[in-house]
This record gives sequence, structure tokens and C-alpha cells, in this order.
Amino acid sequence: MHIPDGYLGPATYGTLYAVTVPFWAAASWKLNRTLKAKQAPFLAIGAAFSFVIMMFNIPIIGGTTGHATGATLIAILLGPWAALIAVSVALIIQAVLFGDGGITAIGANCFNMAVAGVFSGYAVYRLIAGRAGVLSRRRRIAGAAAAYVSLNVSALLTAVQFGVQPLLERSADGQPLYSPFPLSIALPAMAIEHLLVFGFIEAAVTALVIKYFQKNDPEMLG
Amino acid sequence: MTTPKKLWISIGIMVLLSPLGVIVPAWFGAEGAWGEWGLNEVEKIMGFVPAGMKRLAELWKAPLPAYAVPGQRTGLLAESLGYVLTGIIGVAITAGAMYSLSKLLTRRNNSDRSDKD
Repeated sequence: MHIPDGYLGPATYGTLYAVTVPFWAAASWKLNRTLKAKQAPFLAIGAAFSFVIMMFNIPIIGGTTGHATGATLIAILLGPWAALIAVSVALIIQAVLFGDGGITAIGANCFNMAVAGVFSGYAVYRLIAGRAGVLSRRRRIAGAAAAYVSLNVSALLTAVQFGVQPLLERSADGQPLYSPFPLSIALPAMAIEHLLVFGFIEAAVTALVIKYFQKNDPEMLG
Repeated sequence: MTTPKKLWISIGIMVLLSPLGVIVPAWFGAEGAWGEWGLNEVEKIMGFVPAGMKRLAELWKAPLPAYAVPGQRTGLLAESLGYVLTGIIGVAITAGAMYSLSKLLTRRNNSDRSDKD
């Protein structure tokens, strides 16, 4: 789901930088007012978790790979604004140091996985968890459902950004300039693998870690 | 043991297990993520490389591309070792950056504020 350099044209990656930067600013503003110094180690762990969970590429036999992002889990544990920043930091380091995701696509990848991934997951979690107790099974179910929705929202956005390139960016003779795959290919390819496989991985990871905290450290879920 | 310490141990275990993210896809013949192909692979799939893609793809040379160390050999063992090594580097830098950023963001509002979560 890390869009590399060269797949998005300037109109798309420029727009997505312009959309994402205000979210980073809003998150900084918010954290500047609410974050306590003693929470810094937890944010560091959250960003590290997002970085490392994305290294676990899961295969579809004979096909492609995908991975969880941790966006929903981090949002549940640290709040959506902290999660937005933590996942963004992981994505920026991945792009700059490891070429995983493009430099031009940092805005796009952070919008898809950090902004949309975090807020869709957090909204579904709050909606389903409601006033259910910290130790309840409902919290785990809410986490799993939220994680599933969140990863699929991220994948859908990524697929649309890939798929609109042949419409938006063409040379004078009609050749695609950037990602050459139309929506009719990108959308089913990305949607099916995330709906059938990777979404469930994200859900399982999220539910298992919530269970761990319910058992060992329930105040983390406060 | 404090909670951060326990969580750091978990992250450490994840880094050590991360080569599974290379080995398992190789076992199942999975070829990498959709839409993350290099220029050679795009040429194989499409028969050509789009002009803009070619220009932008070479914009940035990452120091440790694809979680491999410079001069790394081919093969699953070398790839796994490179993956753990770059994983350690990545986790350390990510955590360091996030920690510093958090400290920067909280430097004004510590105990003197009525904070709420």
C-alpha cells in the first residue's frame, strides 16, 4: 500500500500533500495541548510498532503481498491524533531511508494509512465499543471490526489514486504518464486482497493486542 | 516490569521475527505488493515504462533500499539478516524521531496545566 515515486502525477501527489499537511498541523496543535511528557515513550513505541508491523508481508499464494498498519490499534491506545502522527512518522522514515513508498507520495501514503486509516478505524471503534466496559468482549470485537474497516478504507483510497492516473495524466499521444493501470484493474486488485485477506490480519492483530492489554494492563485501554 | 519495558521487548521480538515477512511470501511464491513494482517489472507487465514514472522513480535514492544493507548478497538468509538489521535501524530512528517530536510538543504543557486525555 506504499505508493512509490512515479505512480502518481503531480496533480494527485500535490493535492494529497495539501490535504495531509493541515491534518499534521491539527494533530500537532491538539497534542501540544493534551499530550503529557510521560506519554512520549508510548508514542515512540506506537510509531515503532507501526514501522515493524508493516515489515510482516503476508502472501496471497502465487499472488501479491500485503500487511497490517497498526493504525486502528494505535488510535485505540493513544487516541487518533497521536496515532495520526505516529503512523506518519513511521511512513516518512520508511520512504526516506528504505525507499518503501515514494518521497513525492508521502502526502498520499500518510493520507491513506495515517489520516484516513486512523480516523475510519477510530470512528468504527467508538461506535461499536460504545459504553462497553474496558474488559468486555465487545471492546475486542469493536477493535477487530474497526481495524478491518480501516485497512480497507486505506486500500480503497490507494486503489482510486492509482486508478485515476491514466485518466488524469496522459502525454499528447494518449500514453499514460504515471501509473498505467486503470480503475477497472486497480480497484478490484486492491479491494479483493484487502477484503479477503489483509483486513482480517489487521483485525486479528488489533483484537489480540487489546486482549493482551485487557489481561495485563487494562488502564492502557482507559 | 514497567509497561514501556514490556512493550519494547515485544517490539524487539517482532523485529527478530520480521524475516518471516520475507521468507513466508517466498515460500508461497508471492511477488510483492500490488502497485509497488520497480521500473523493470512495470516494463515486463506493460511492455513500456510511462515517461513521467521513469522521471519521478529515480528522484530519490534511499540509503537502504528495500530493507537491505549495501552489498548484501542474494538469498533468503542474507535477505533475512539484512531485514533484521535494517529493522533495528528503522525502529530505532522511528522511535527516536517520535520521542523527540513528542517532547517538543509537550515542552510547554507539563504539570502546570489541567490536562485531560
